[in-house]
Amino acid sequence: MADTSTTAAAKPIDPRLAVLREFWFYFSENRGAVIGMWVFLFVVAIAVFADVIAPHGAIDQYRDALLKPPFWQEGADPRFLLGTDAVGRDMLSRLIYGSRFSLFVGCIVVSGALVVGVIVGLVAGYAGGRVDALIMRVMDIILAFPSLLLALALVAVLGPSLINAMIAIAIVQQPHYVRLTRAAVLSEKTKDYVVAARVAGARPLRLMFVTILPNCLSPLIVQAALSFSTAILDAAALGFLGMGAQPPTPEWGTMLAEAREFILRAWWVVTFPGVAILVTVLAINLMGDGLRDALDPKLKRS
Amino acid sequence: MHLLEIENLVVEFETAAGPFRAVDGVSLHVDEGEVLAIVGESGSGKSVSMLAVMGLLPWTAKVSADAMRFAGRDLLSLTASQRRKIIGKDIAMIFQEPVASLNPCFTVGFQIEEVLRVHMGLDGKARRARAIELLNDVGIPDPEQRLGVFPHQMSGGQCQRVMIAIAIACNPKLLIADEPTTALDVTIQKQILDLLMNLQIETGMGMIMITHNMGVVAETADRVVVQYKGRKMEEADVLSLFEAPKHNYTKALLAALPDRATGDRLPTISSIFNEDVDGGAPA
Amino acid sequence: MQSLREMLRFLLYRIGLLVPTFIGVTIAAFGFIRILPGDPVLLMAGERGVSPERYDELMRQFGYDRPLWEQYFDFLGGIATGDLGNSLVTKKPVFDEFFTLFPATLELSICAIIFAMLLGIPAGVLAATRRGSWLDQTVMGTALVGYSMPIFWWGLLLIILFSGILQWTPVSGRVSLLYFFPPVTGFMLIDSLLSGQKGAFTSAVSHLILPTIVLGTIPLAVIARQTRSAMLEVLGEDYVRTARAKGLAPVRVIGLHALRNALIPVITTIGLQVGVLLGGAILTETIFSWPGIGKWMVDSIFRRDYPAVQGGLLMIAVVVMLVNLIVDLLYGLINPKIRY
Repeated sequence: MADTSTTAAAKPIDPRLAVLREFWFYFSENRGAVIGMWVFLFVVAIAVFADVIAPHGAIDQYRDALLKPPFWQEGADPRFLLGTDAVGRDMLSRLIYGSRFSLFVGCIVVSGALVVGVIVGLVAGYAGGRVDALIMRVMDIILAFPSLLLALALVAVLGPSLINAMIAIAIVQQPHYVRLTRAAVLSEKTKDYVVAARVAGARPLRLMFVTILPNCLSPLIVQAALSFSTAILDAAALGFLGMGAQPPTPEWGTMLAEAREFILRAWWVVTFPGVAILVTVLAINLMGDGLRDALDPKLKRS
Repeated sequence: MHLLEIENLVVEFETAAGPFRAVDGVSLHVDEGEVLAIVGESGSGKSVSMLAVMGLLPWTAKVSADAMRFAGRDLLSLTASQRRKIIGKDIAMIFQEPVASLNPCFTVGFQIEEVLRVHMGLDGKARRARAIELLNDVGIPDPEQRLGVFPHQMSGGQCQRVMIAIAIACNPKLLIADEPTTALDVTIQKQILDLLMNLQIETGMGMIMITHNMGVVAETADRVVVQYKGRKMEEADVLSLFEAPKHNYTKALLAALPDRATGDRLPTISSIFNEDVDGGAPA
Repeated sequence: MQSLREMLRFLLYRIGLLVPTFIGVTIAAFGFIRILPGDPVLLMAGERGVSPERYDELMRQFGYDRPLWEQYFDFLGGIATGDLGNSLVTKKPVFDEFFTLFPATLELSICAIIFAMLLGIPAGVLAATRRGSWLDQTVMGTALVGYSMPIFWWGLLLIILFSGILQWTPVSGRVSLLYFFPPVTGFMLIDSLLSGQKGAFTSAVSHLILPTIVLGTIPLAVIARQTRSAMLEVLGEDYVRTARAKGLAPVRVIGLHALRNALIPVITTIGLQVGVLLGGAILTETIFSWPGIGKWMVDSIFRRDYPAVQGGLLMIAVVVMLVNLIVDLLYGLINPKIRY
């Protein structure tokens, strides 16, 4: 994948562009992935322009309109399209602002887990021996705990908040990156191009980051997409358990926790935040499947 | 009446680039007790036409023929379940990769006894006795022990013997051998060929030997069909084919045999045979 | 079994590998408690407060005044004798509490994984055999939705529908309060049958249905996807062609010859779902007030019940490690190519 410069050099187009074009060719063949991408971009747009789109503030309470149903039901208040919650806040606006938190969680968790996991994995795979054994044992220990339980316990140590929830989720997720990177490094390390670079006098750091890492990217990208959606789900779960974002933050999981006592009285306060989580996560997973198929050279043959 | 009779068989595959014709109007027949060899390079459609007879092609394949008869029965008009009563019983087939052709999760005994149960309805004890007998027939030592062994615990040659045992289990009238020795060591190839020929003579079954190896043809066949790019080039009995090949492609095939080659270099088929088959230049 | 001795040797080898991980887990569970905010003694005293003398006495009683390494070895010694300390809230041994509640989680998890397998494997097989058809697309689309499901919300939705609108199933608990019988096995399904009380078993089943569906949803999706891809790979193998060449019925070719091979990677996947199940149990048990270890852990974390959280973390990690070990052994049993 990364070394197309030699083959594409003869053509007038930029080799990077050629790689992208090939990727897009395979990605766009997957209808679900393209739909997922558009939905995801839509959610991103909503998050970016939340201030403009949202009809009301996220924590503005309208005391005269408590638990109003959405517009198509009897007794609805035309000011609130998707109804209001128990303290008279507009559901639609809270959902719109909530998208910011979910995407924020996803971005921070993935970049944190990715950077740390890749560095640790590179070191483990490249150094080998005792360093490798020690690192992998530590990862085994983290993986011995169910991830949500460990995240929950970590948040209990750090104190419940969205930031701490993100830290906990990142810690829980990074063993996957470590394992993936290490496995990729181990399989690449003995290949001729790495040996050639070493013989040519490349230093370990250059070998690790410039020579080996770009050739391990595909599985990491796929893992990043998958863990983006897991991070959103886990953060929502922690919010739901009261260990994530704290009220009145319009985080979707936290909104669900607040709505629990009304489930049999006001279905909309329970339904909409969950739909928002599901649609966002589903879109990312669709994209992730498309990425995997487009980046996996084994499947390209068929 | 021939044992197997095929007239004008056409097999097409639906591909992204449009229909691809793998077999293009092939006609052939085999009689009881006769060995027919189908020769050709890889991609000449020799396996595909036999898989069509067995009904083993994927659903992307479209099979049509003017006639395809086995022992007087029209194979084309059979339902899938009617055809299943014939294949594996009266027509059996063995394949190129013996190790991959046996299921790694089941014992040799299970895989042999399975056909006996489905087609012969034997009870457990009779199946076991027959399986031991079959392993004996195909020259596997210590058959009782071998029944409980998994395919990966045996060599390629032994796996092919087991495949042959499965194929002859129900005393088939026709055995189709698709490159049965190609994947094996040279010394084993000879043994497997001898085994097949002995079994054929003993049972008097008809046999179709698919191969690209002219040496195998000379050793086994009564009659030969030469196929190229899905078409039949030539059909002749084995002696006249080797003595006086009519078609240029056959001549090229023969010239590529090491002991017939003249000069310092072994000729390649494309260097000799350049004839146009269907209006376009051969690749 | 010719390989019984080899299997035993492999078992010992695998247990040997687990030892360093186990020690790491004990250190993690132990260290975790020491950095929790709040003083355990002050917390126990609660609103009433505590005199300095009594405080020192309690510190001594629980051993919090001794050096960390001494406390750790005490902890290890406790583990060896099955003593994980007492819960600060109930004052009962943590070990006993865990094993009183564990059967509830185990029962739920087993039902969930059976539910996931019974639906997921056939769905994956069907999708693979009809690759590209509308059936395939529907099954795989549904599986991806299930995989993306926030299960705590899914549980609430099911409660709204089946308990609220249709009134088919109860909202919470393991069995109706009308029935009381002593726990024999800890499995409500079995105990209710043993009790011989009319309607008790039905009540237990109706309490179990929704939690099972909720907890089984993600494993179901994962198993269906994995089964499909494993089947697709296997269906292209030579031995499947051989099976068809034998004249076997498609049901036998796919259901026996192909599936037997495809199950090898699927079993591994099922084993990996244990962590998912125990994590999901936290959410499922919270939603349905299911008295298992998931809910117990959440409650203990909220109550800052140090010994309970510490012991619970340790026990859950041990359960995960043991199940992974069993799956490894099972893998050897179902894959004839592996001889220990």
